[in-house]
Amino acid sequence: MTGMGHRLRRRPPKYSAAALAWRGMRGDYWPRVWRETELKSSYDAVVIGGGVHGLATAYYLARNHGITNVAVVDKAYLGSGASGRNTAIVRSNYLTPEGVAFYDRSLKLYNSMALDLNINVMMSERGHLTLAHNDSSLRTMNWRAEVNKLQGVDSCVIGPDEISKIAPALDTSSHPRYPILGALYHPPGGIVRHDAVVWGYARAADCMGAEMHQKTEVLDILCEGGDGPDGKGPGGKVVGVRTNRGDVSTPVVVNCTAGWAGLISSMAGVRLPITTHPLQAAVTEPVKVFLPTVVVSGSLHVYISQTDRGELVFGAAVDAVATYSIRGSLEFTEELAGHVLELMPGISRMRLLRQWSGLCDMTPDYSPVMGFTPVGGFLVDVGWGTYGFKAAPVSGEQMAEAVATGRTPRLIAPFALSRFDTGELVGEKGAAAVGH
Amino acid sequence: MLLVPCPNCGPRNSEDLRYGGESHARPDPATATPQQWRGYLYLRDNPAGWLWETWYCRSGCRRWFTLERNTATNEFRNPPIPGDKRGGKA
Repeated sequence: MTGMGHRLRRRPPKYSAAALAWRGMRGDYWPRVWRETELKSSYDAVVIGGGVHGLATAYYLARNHGITNVAVVDKAYLGSGASGRNTAIVRSNYLTPEGVAFYDRSLKLYNSMALDLNINVMMSERGHLTLAHNDSSLRTMNWRAEVNKLQGVDSCVIGPDEISKIAPALDTSSHPRYPILGALYHPPGGIVRHDAVVWGYARAADCMGAEMHQKTEVLDILCEGGDGPDGKGPGGKVVGVRTNRGDVSTPVVVNCTAGWAGLISSMAGVRLPITTHPLQAAVTEPVKVFLPTVVVSGSLHVYISQTDRGELVFGAAVDAVATYSIRGSLEFTEELAGHVLELMPGISRMRLLRQWSGLCDMTPDYSPVMGFTPVGGFLVDVGWGTYGFKAAPVSGEQMAEAVATGRTPRLIAPFALSRFDTGELVGEKGAAAVGH
Repeated sequence: MLLVPCPNCGPRNSEDLRYGGESHARPDPATATPQQWRGYLYLRDNPAGWLWETWYCRSGCRRWFTLERNTATNEFRNPPIPGDKRGGKA
């Protein structure tokens, strides 16, 4: 592991060809990748949510700041939420300078992740096409390209001829109802194996001493000195966490949940500008590789990539109705199929294997809410909407810095909860969402 | 599919309606503080349970109404109230 600031406490299992052959011949079991320990009565920090954001926070707390007396608690299993359900796309071609700088740092951390975590995350920088079907979206693409270039991000607008060279399966003729007029091409964008990112962070954090507690549900956050009932609310501070496995005292709680961010924050008396919507995705049967890049169309509310196994993965806009129910709907499948065939008529005979759904915490400006809250020791890394996976490494790094130093790092200052008081919103709807 | 009980048109597919979100009383512009406006504009209860919310019947009667839905199970209770007004708790 390169660049490791702090020494490992435990040697991670090696996943080499030699180790595979050796264990295969001896019939050994592989050692557990992370320990299962008793919940202690006290930690320096408790991270709620065992997804990529929570695990990355624990990892960077240990690696960059030497804070290892940390528990990551999750009411289900690690990576059971959006971390295991997303469409695995990474990119940094956002619209606001704040957004571009932040996501570009994330992409750099993804690029070095395999070395840092000693796990193959199957990072595939295959390029990312955001299609424009009308003049106004072409204008937004040009705007994004210029903002990106100023920040040193590889991004440009290309026409239908170049698009058909990159992705011949796309119908770039003038026949469709919404013909493709151009695209924002972002070569560093791509896909990453999302489960490997979860496992890599969990294993690395465990090796450095952090504890992962699965099936540990947070029932309440214990506070004192606040304005509200039970000492919660602004002006107070966190003293502990009540879980289904007992009470834990801690001066720092980091809320890294998605879907349940508002409910967890209300346990500390903090209200958030968040509504929870389901986002549906679907996957087809595997076929030979024919789609070399990630393709996104905001007008058609769809994004498409082909996995290394050959399946097409489709994502869409969030459902319009706020709900915690993650049932799929036929309307989604019908609309998705219609829109995908508008882009690629050639795949009309392909069959969908399955569809699923996950919860997205949507904020009014399509940017996250990160950093300190009016309750002392209660930090949030929430509101990740439909773009949480691609931001996980940088979020963990920056949240760890906030916890360790007690100050808001420059990169996440624009995403503070207080921006809703001052009206300094970071509008990313044009670049973060496909439903507008 | 979600069947939403419109007070004028009866049960309609949610795709035929526009979702208006949580129903909250608008602060009095004469006396409201910036904090109250901020709360009204941005902050949400977002419960996993019963919630009063507004809907617009865009392809039917083209009127707003308010109803109570369980956001975890998508069940409805209480008859829908015509108009964009806050029901339930004060």
